Amino acid sequence: MTTARPTLSLETELRAKRASGRKLLMPYVTAGIVPDWLELVEAVIQAGADAVEVGIPFSDPAMDGPTIQEASVQALDNGITPASALSALATRTFGVPLLAMTYYNLVYRYGHERFAADLARAGVSATILPDLPIELADDWIETARRHGIENVLLVAPVTSDERLAMLVERTAGFLYSVSTMGTTGERSQLDDAAAVLSARVKAVSDIPVVVGFGISTPEHAVAASRTSDGIITASALMRRILDGASIDEAASLVADMRAALDVADFADQRGNDGSRHGRHLADG
Amino acid sequence: MLHVGEQTRIAMTDPSDAGFFGEFGGRYVPEPLVGACQEVEAAFRDAWSSDEFRTEFLTMLTDYAGRPSPMTECSNLGSDLGLRLLLKREDLNHTGSHKINNVIGQALLAKRMGKTRLIAETGAGQHGVATATAAALLDMECVVYMGEVDMERQALNVFRMRLLGAEVVPAMSGSRTLKDAVNEAMRAWVSEVTNTHYCIGSVMGPHPYPWMVRSFHEIIGCEANRQSQALLGGMPDLAVACVGGGSNAAGLFAGFADSPTTRLIGVEPAGGAAVGRGVPAIVHGMKAYFMQDEVGQILEAESISAGLDYPGIGPEHAFLSANGRAEYHPVTDDQVVDAFQMLARREGIIPALESAHAIAWVIQEADQLQGQTVLVNLSGRGDKDVQQVQDRLEQEAKLEGGIRA
Ligand SMILES: Cc1ncc(COP(=O)(O)O)c(C=O)c1O
Repeated sequence: MTTARPTLSLETELRAKRASGRKLLMPYVTAGIVPDWLELVEAVIQAGADAVEVGIPFSDPAMDGPTIQEASVQALDNGITPASALSALATRTFGVPLLAMTYYNLVYRYGHERFAADLARAGVSATILPDLPIELADDWIETARRHGIENVLLVAPVTSDERLAMLVERTAGFLYSVSTMGTTGERSQLDDAAAVLSARVKAVSDIPVVVGFGISTPEHAVAASRTSDGIITASALMRRILDGASIDEAASLVADMRAALDVADFADQRGNDGSRHGRHLADG
Repeated sequence: MLHVGEQTRIAMTDPSDAGFFGEFGGRYVPEPLVGACQEVEAAFRDAWSSDEFRTEFLTMLTDYAGRPSPMTECSNLGSDLGLRLLLKREDLNHTGSHKINNVIGQALLAKRMGKTRLIAETGAGQHGVATATAAALLDMECVVYMGEVDMERQALNVFRMRLLGAEVVPAMSGSRTLKDAVNEAMRAWVSEVTNTHYCIGSVMGPHPYPWMVRSFHEIIGCEANRQSQALLGGMPDLAVACVGGGSNAAGLFAGFADSPTTRLIGVEPAGGAAVGRGVPAIVHGMKAYFMQDEVGQILEAESISAGLDYPGIGPEHAFLSANGRAEYHPVTDDQVVDAFQMLARREGIIPALESAHAIAWVIQEADQLQGQTVLVNLSGRGDKDVQQVQDRLEQEAKLEGGIRA
C-alpha cells in the first residue's frame, strides 16, 4: 500500500523506464578520480547507464571500503572540490539524470541553499547523503525540493518495519537498498540479505528500489535485480580506473552489466523467492 | 566503598531526546547504524536508572580499578608558581588513566546487551589497553583499531593490548592516527553490529555516546568535588583538564559546572585545537567543532601526544565553549615537554603527555593565577611516553651540540 506522494524528475524517469520493462543500471563515478572524469561519465552513459551517481569525495568516508577511500584520496589529491565538481558538470548536458553522492559535512559547509542552487545549475537531479539520517534531514529535503532536487534515502537489512514505512514515505527518486551490513566494496558473493530487503520494500511500496554495495559483476547485477528494480555499481568500476584501465575498458563493465540485464528473463520475478538467486556467484 | 548516592550529583545537563547539547551532537549515522545506536541508548537509559547496574559499576571501579583516586596537593610546584596546585590522580587508576571508568561502564553495558565482542579505537593506546583489560576480565573478544603512526609511537601499549588478548588492527588511511582509527572502527561496527559493541573512548560519536561516556566519567568530578570540600572547605578557582575528544575534562567539569566561581578550562594541543581553530562540522556521527579546510574536508591534527591527536572535540564541549561556561586554550608541544619534566622533578610524578598539557597551561598562566587554587585532572601516567620524550630530548641535545660546535 502506498500513499500519494509527489513525483519529481528522477523518480518520474525511473518509473517510466521500469514500466517499459527495463532494469535500472546506475554506475558511480568519483568526481576528479582522473582528470578526464567527465569523459568517464559520458562513457558509462554510452554503455547503458540509466542515471549516474557522481561522488564528491570527502576526507573521512566512513561508509566506504578501501576502493572508494582510495578513489577519494586520489580525487582530492587531484584538487577536486564540491564547487569545482559542480562547475565541471555544469559545462555539459548529459543524456540521463545525475545524482550527487557525498557526505553531509560538505553540504553543511557549502550551505543548504547554495548547494541546492548549484546542484540545479549543474543539472543534478538528486542527492544521496548516507550520513544524514531521516530524523535530521527535514531542512535539506525541503531546501532541495524547492530547487527541484530529490533526496534519496538508504534502507538497510537491519531497518525496522516502522522505519521502513517512514523511509518509503520520505525518499524521493528511489530507495537505495544497502545490500549488506558493511561498507562499499567489491565482493565475490552477493549477500542474501539484499533479496530479503528488496522484497520487504516491495511489500509496502511501489517506489523504485535500487540495490547497491558490492555489486561487482554482471551476474551480481542480474541476481540483485530479480527482486529489485536495478542496481548501483561503484567499487568494481572505480577499481578498474585505480588499476590504470582506460575509460573504455572501465566502461565495458557497465556495458556487460547492461547486456546481462537486458537479456535476463525477469518474467517470473513477482511472487518468486528471490533469495535463491543470490547465491553461489562466481567472482568476475 | 562508594555508594550509589555519591554519583547522583550531576552538574551538567542531559542532551535533548535527539542527543543535542544546544546545536551540537545528534546522531549523524548511516541507516545501517541507526538501530545499533538506538539499542545502545535504550540499554544505557535502562542501566543508568538501575541501582543494580550502578552498584555493579561502582563496585568494579572500587575493587578492580582502585577508586576513589586521591587528590594530591603539589606544594613544591605550587609554590614555584605562586598558586595552590591540586592534582586529581587519575594516573593511579588501574591501567594508568581515567579511560578505565568509561570502559568498565561500557563493558558491563555490552554484557547486559548480550554482546560478546568489544571493538574500540585508540590514539595513545590508553583506551585500547583499558578496553582490552575489561574484555579480558569479562571474558569478551576484543579488537582495537589504531592508526599505524600511533602504533609506532606507542609500541609499548600495542604490546600491552596483545598481552591482554586483544587483536590490534592498524588503520592505514589518511593521517593514520586517531581520526582514521575512528573511521575504521565505525566501518567494522557496521558489519558486526549483532554481536559487537563499539566501545568509543571519548565523549564523541553519535548519540548516546557523548552523554554516556561523560556519565561514566562523572565519578571523577564527584570525587573531586567532595575532596575539594574536605581539603579546601570549598571549591577550587579553576578546574583544568586536557582535551582530545574531551572525556577526562567532561568527567571533571561535571563536578564543578554548577559552582559559579570555578572556571572550567580545557587545554588543547596547538596542532589539534578544535575550539581555537575549528568550526562546526558533522563527522564521526556528531555535530561538533572540527579543524577543516574551507570546503569542509577534515584536517589532520598534529600533536606530540597521540591521545590528543584528534581534529575535533566532543559536542558537549562545543556547547560549553559556545555558551561560555568553559574556556579552551592551546599549548605547544615544547611547553608540554617542559611541563612533563617539571612535574617529574618537582613532584616526583611523571604525567602522560596528554595530562602534561593541562600542567603546561597552568605554568603559562601562572602570573595571572597568583594565589588562586588550581585543580588539574592528571588524566594518566607517563610511563608510555618516557621513550618518546627521551628520544626528543636527545635529538634536541644533539641539535644544540651541533650548533655550538
Ligand atoms: C592519559 C590520557 N589523557 C587524556 C586523553 C585524551 O582523551 P580525552 O580528551 O577523552 O580525555 C587520553 C587519550 O588517549 C589519555 O590517554
